Amino acid sequence: MQSFFDEMNGVGDEVRMPYAHFDEWFKGEDLASLRAKQREAEEVFRLMGITFNVYGRNEAEERLIPFDIIPRIIAAREWQKLSRGIEQRVRAINAFLHDIYHRQEIIRAGRIPKEMIAQNDAFLPQMIGVTPPGGIYTHIVGTDLVRTGADEFYVLEDNARTPSGVSYMLENRETMLQMFPELFSQNKVRAVSGYPRALQRSLAACAPPGCSGPPRVAVLTPGIHNSAYYEHSFLADKMGVELVEGHDLRVVDGRIAMRTTQGYQPIDVLYRRVDDDFLDPLNFNPESALGVPGIMDVYRAGGITIANAPGTGIADDKAIYSYIPEIVEFYTGEKAILKNVPTWRCSDPDSLGYVLENLADLVVKEVHGSGGYGMLIGPTATKKDIRAFEKKLRARPGNYIAQPTLSLSTVPIFTRDGLAPRHVDLRPFVLVSPDKIDITPGGLTRVALQKGSLVVNSSQGGGTKDTWVLED
Amino acid sequence: MLGKTANGLFWMFRLLERSENTARMIETGQRIALTRAEASDDEWASILQAAAVSQGYHAKFDEVTRDKAIDWMLRDKDNPSSVRSVIGTARNNARMVRTALTNEVWEAVNSCYIRLNEVLARKVSERDLPKALEIIRQRSAFVRGATHGTMMRNDCYDFARLGTFIERADNTARILDVKYYVLLPSALSVGSSLDNVQWETILRSVSAHGGYRMTHGHKVSPRAIAEFLVLDPRMPRSLFFCTGKLRDNLGYLASDYGMKQPSHMMVDELCRRFMSHDIDAIFDYGLHEYIQDVIGTLGGLSRQIEIDYRFYE
Repeated sequence: MQSFFDEMNGVGDEVRMPYAHFDEWFKGEDLASLRAKQREAEEVFRLMGITFNVYGRNEAEERLIPFDIIPRIIAAREWQKLSRGIEQRVRAINAFLHDIYHRQEIIRAGRIPKEMIAQNDAFLPQMIGVTPPGGIYTHIVGTDLVRTGADEFYVLEDNARTPSGVSYMLENRETMLQMFPELFSQNKVRAVSGYPRALQRSLAACAPPGCSGPPRVAVLTPGIHNSAYYEHSFLADKMGVELVEGHDLRVVDGRIAMRTTQGYQPIDVLYRRVDDDFLDPLNFNPESALGVPGIMDVYRAGGITIANAPGTGIADDKAIYSYIPEIVEFYTGEKAILKNVPTWRCSDPDSLGYVLENLADLVVKEVHGSGGYGMLIGPTATKKDIRAFEKKLRARPGNYIAQPTLSLSTVPIFTRDGLAPRHVDLRPFVLVSPDKIDITPGGLTRVALQKGSLVVNSSQGGGTKDTWVLED
Repeated sequence: MLGKTANGLFWMFRLLERSENTARMIETGQRIALTRAEASDDEWASILQAAAVSQGYHAKFDEVTRDKAIDWMLRDKDNPSSVRSVIGTARNNARMVRTALTNEVWEAVNSCYIRLNEVLARKVSERDLPKALEIIRQRSAFVRGATHGTMMRNDCYDFARLGTFIERADNTARILDVKYYVLLPSALSVGSSLDNVQWETILRSVSAHGGYRMTHGHKVSPRAIAEFLVLDPRMPRSLFFCTGKLRDNLGYLASDYGMKQPSHMMVDELCRRFMSHDIDAIFDYGLHEYIQDVIGTLGGLSRQIEIDYRFYE
């Protein structure tokens, strides 16, 4: 039996420091009243309509993401190191994106093979030579981290396209403040509620040269049937900006303008929650009804800021991921503070051989996949699953990467019988503007609610927790 | 404000008003069936008509029965104006315009939707019907209360109110349109007095039972009922009252935006019409023709508002 690091109890039975006050509080509570609180929390989420739509099912189906009332607690010192590491990584990624769409020094220097870029679907030729306003490519990043020990953190993914989940971070905290105010009196927890204002500020700071007067920001959503629609409307609402869809927008006098009750009015910064491919039917997927015809031309002419910039997917591509330590070193001149998970690129014949021999111990992911779909978790897969996956792997090795199964840390969740450890990950949210990088203390903790499960994705039965970063 | 948002608010409130009107029609039908010996299933046919859901009903069912009529108006998914369909669509509109609503209004709409989905999940038995209708009424009142108590009096509110009063005026006009023959002097000459079932249907279906008595006592005359529903400025569902509200809210928009639109002229014209004649003139003109005119004008006004404020492309 593999042993896991538990963030509350360490490896033994001694409660770790950040959880000391919480532990005391919990011992004074009775399970029945906490069970009632857990139900109360679900009711709050249901009434507020904090739901997501499930893909591939009945269009009308909305589900709640299960919320667990036990907070995940991170010490000030731990957070300091994490946030330094994240900031370094995000800086490097922005520098990498600028380079890769301009001089491609990193390829010339032989640090990344040319074909990793040229033959990558996530590389957007339309962005070659384009510098976004303020030089920022990834305005919003959600860095996925996992923990394996007291001092061991790994970056799992860099989510530099359109990371989601920040609304859960905010609503989880609101819910906890409502339900357990005394916990926040006993523990000094750093606030997260400034995020919407910081996001608005950060986006406005990247306004394009064509902007005169206070920048007008809008959020672009694919519409109410999108799985993350709740978050889109939540962010627009909290920032006090319009929530637009493609059909609200058109090009007017070289600007992107939205149709208002008083005519078309220009937008300066568009926080888009629509994928690159659907952004502009004239420049990308011609079938797209979600985007704005001609927006790329306006963008290239400096008429609008698109956040995140088109083409940022090349930086969080799973094949590029394995090069991030080199990328960090190349652009910052420093060693990467946060570790990468060792990764075998199956395009490489030696690696492929190793992966095929060790499938039962590895996690194999599609290079362009997300949401926990299309992956193999060797240790929990059946022999039949493994054999089926082996075929796919042999057929298109370049489509896959493999990683060892990490011993993800656990955090207690509340069950019928009290606390029980479950595996978690962490997605802190990062805002990048020309003058600063802003990381909200905490982030979204996703938790695999099934005992022993390592899959935390909400689309696959994962839940969420409030995440606390303690003041010093 | 986005044109799409104005559209969403307009329809959200229009549909909420509709769900309440439909519930009231069902209540009326049920009440009459239970208290009037002479009532028959024919009464349900005219209620379906007054609720403007008759066509769809007849496409699906051969005969009109109480059970089928109630289920059609309350829960049938094939009926876009059933209470359940309307609340689902209203809530989708609310999700679309979430940024224009206060938390209170959104939560009231969302909990209305959740609660009614529970209540209307299965066929409602005769015994449970009063309770179900009460819940519908109560939940709409929550939304209305949250709207009045928390929304800014800006363009969001104006579009919400325009939707409410277009729907309400249309509802009153439709009831008059279906039942106008009851109010005609010639109908009276057939029997000795106005058919009690008929006038009660009319007054109850616009919640005007008490209001009418307050105004006219127990003396029921077709002329007085028609006047009450068309011209009374204090009766919140009369055509004149609703039109006055439409004019007010379009007026606020005009002063907010600093611009008058064609819809403003239309509503002014409609108001003038109500003020310039009494009920005798309407009977002289022909009650039926008059109501048909009003329905047509309201439809035109609604379309003009859509154009003036760029609801669509």
